[in-house]
Amino acid sequence: MDLINSHPVLDFLHGEKVSFSFDGKIMEGFEGEPIAVALHANGVRIYRRTPEMKRPRGFFCAIGKCSSCFMVVDGIPNVRTCVTPLKKGMKVETQYGRGRILFQPGEEARPCES
Amino acid sequence: MRELTTDVLVVGGGPAGLSAAAEAAGAGAEVIIAESDLHLGGQLVKQSHKFFGSKDEFAGTRGFEIAKILMNEIAQNGDRVKTMLGTTINGYYGDEGVVTAMVGEEEYLRVIPQKIVVASGAQERLLPFPNNDIPGVYGAGAVQTLMNVYGVVPGKRVLMVGAGNIGLIVSYQLLQAGVEVAAILEAMPRIGGYWVHAAKVRRMGVPILLRHSIKRALGGEIVTGAEVNELDEKFDPIGAAERIECDAICLAVGLAPTNELLWQAGCAMKYVPFLCGHVPLRDKYMRTSNENVWMAGDVSGIEEASAAMIEGRIAGLSAAKALGLKVPDEKFDGYRERLRDLRAGEVGEKIRAGVEAVVVGGWEERT
Ligand SMILES: Cc1cc2nc3c(=O)[nH]c(=O)nc-3n(C[C@H](O)[C@H](O)[C@H](O)COP(=O)(O)OP(=O)(O)OC[C@H]3O[C@@H](n4cnc5c(N)ncnc54)[C@H](O)[C@@H]3O)c2cc1C
Ligand code: FES
Repeated sequence: MDLINSHPVLDFLHGEKVSFSFDGKIMEGFEGEPIAVALHANGVRIYRRTPEMKRPRGFFCAIGKCSSCFMVVDGIPNVRTCVTPLKKGMKVETQYGRGRILFQPGEEARPCES
Repeated sequence: MRELTTDVLVVGGGPAGLSAAAEAAGAGAEVIIAESDLHLGGQLVKQSHKFFGSKDEFAGTRGFEIAKILMNEIAQNGDRVKTMLGTTINGYYGDEGVVTAMVGEEEYLRVIPQKIVVASGAQERLLPFPNNDIPGVYGAGAVQTLMNVYGVVPGKRVLMVGAGNIGLIVSYQLLQAGVEVAAILEAMPRIGGYWVHAAKVRRMGVPILLRHSIKRALGGEIVTGAEVNELDEKFDPIGAAERIECDAICLAVGLAPTNELLWQAGCAMKYVPFLCGHVPLRDKYMRTSNENVWMAGDVSGIEEASAAMIEGRIAGLSAAKALGLKVPDEKFDGYRERLRDLRAGEVGEKIRAGVEAVVVGGWEERT
């Protein structure tokens, strides 16, 4: 992971190191820290593709305000990964377009494009 | 849908919100602090430098340590203050006296507060240029979050856009984290931030290019560099663009108040350039035209943490008083004096003019 090793004034108290998957690849991150931060530390920069122009989007505001970091997490699309804490075993995927929403809990995902 | 009631809802757990909560709870009110982030402290937790400002407001102490002091003060009120993290207040329904909150990505709930203190801080401004949407272009706040809160390297070589205090301080913080800063661009003919901060980064070999701006970000998918241009007096580009290699571009081109909730609450607003955007009219207790809504901190006009903390104290105390709690009036005078001292002299000129444009007399009589 791309972490700051020594810092003149700050100490970083990371939580437990856990594994999660990104587009099927197994990665490591610290539990409780934002998913987007863990991905960045693993060198991942592209988090989603826009619906029409297919432009790449990544980390931008870090405060849950800009929608740049929306991804599919455990099957749920449009998750603000910059403010959603990482949990052990999470399945994180690049989001293409608007994503598909779960219609009912437990039900098969359905496309939401009209 | 879950429903919570409280005397005072504080929106935002930065220095302004924490101070408001401490005062209101200190006066006996039940308080909920809703904070969208995963931790309290707002901008403070990202600041590793020693703060400027006044001694009463902990100048000389590092930002993240100030946050801890405020949280300790709040903890003294036992369980009168409840903190909800990962919680964004996103709707105000005046008729029903309800605000709505999103907790994480899953839960939507109702909060019924008697009084609300909005301390939602500021939002970064963007800059239009081709490719400003690709990964590797970051707001300065995001760069700070990555490196100062989570210890993650934002890039190997960063181009900073903006030489105000934020651009200068974040550049210095990047150097501290072992990241190279390719250059700092500034469209104006002079540095906007404090001289001490500029001198520090210059001494460490970072060029500050005045009258320069970014023309475009390079890289098809992810930033690999930038083209920069010199500007003439009219801010039009002159000469051929120069290429700067970098893997991250950090925008530090100013802040604007995060005022959506205040608009929703129907607060009378005014555009004040000195306060960096639309801000609510207010009485000297930081109360808006909506008698149940107060504001404090950067949302009332972009200033500094010291002022945000005092405004928070005034707002929290005033909200407690409006609830009918006993509040010593001298306390207000003391805080107002500190605010006056803080805004005295040449540095406070613009803020004083800005505040003057939005303070309304005669509203104080409301209870
Ligand atoms: C690089 C940098 C250096 C600085 N250096 C100094 C310095 O040396 N001295 C100084 O005095 N000041 C300094 N400042 C300024 C200072 O940090 C700010 O003025 C201060 O933090 C403002 O406090 P605040 O509480 O109003 O807002 P913030 O600290 O921005 O806090 C607002 C909080 O509200 C939350 N929020 C927003 N909307 C919602 C919502 N709808 N629901 C729930 N929560 C919400 C946000 O997540 C945030 O945590 C600096 C700022 C920066 C960026
Ligand atoms: S990076 Fe802006 S919402 Fe997550």
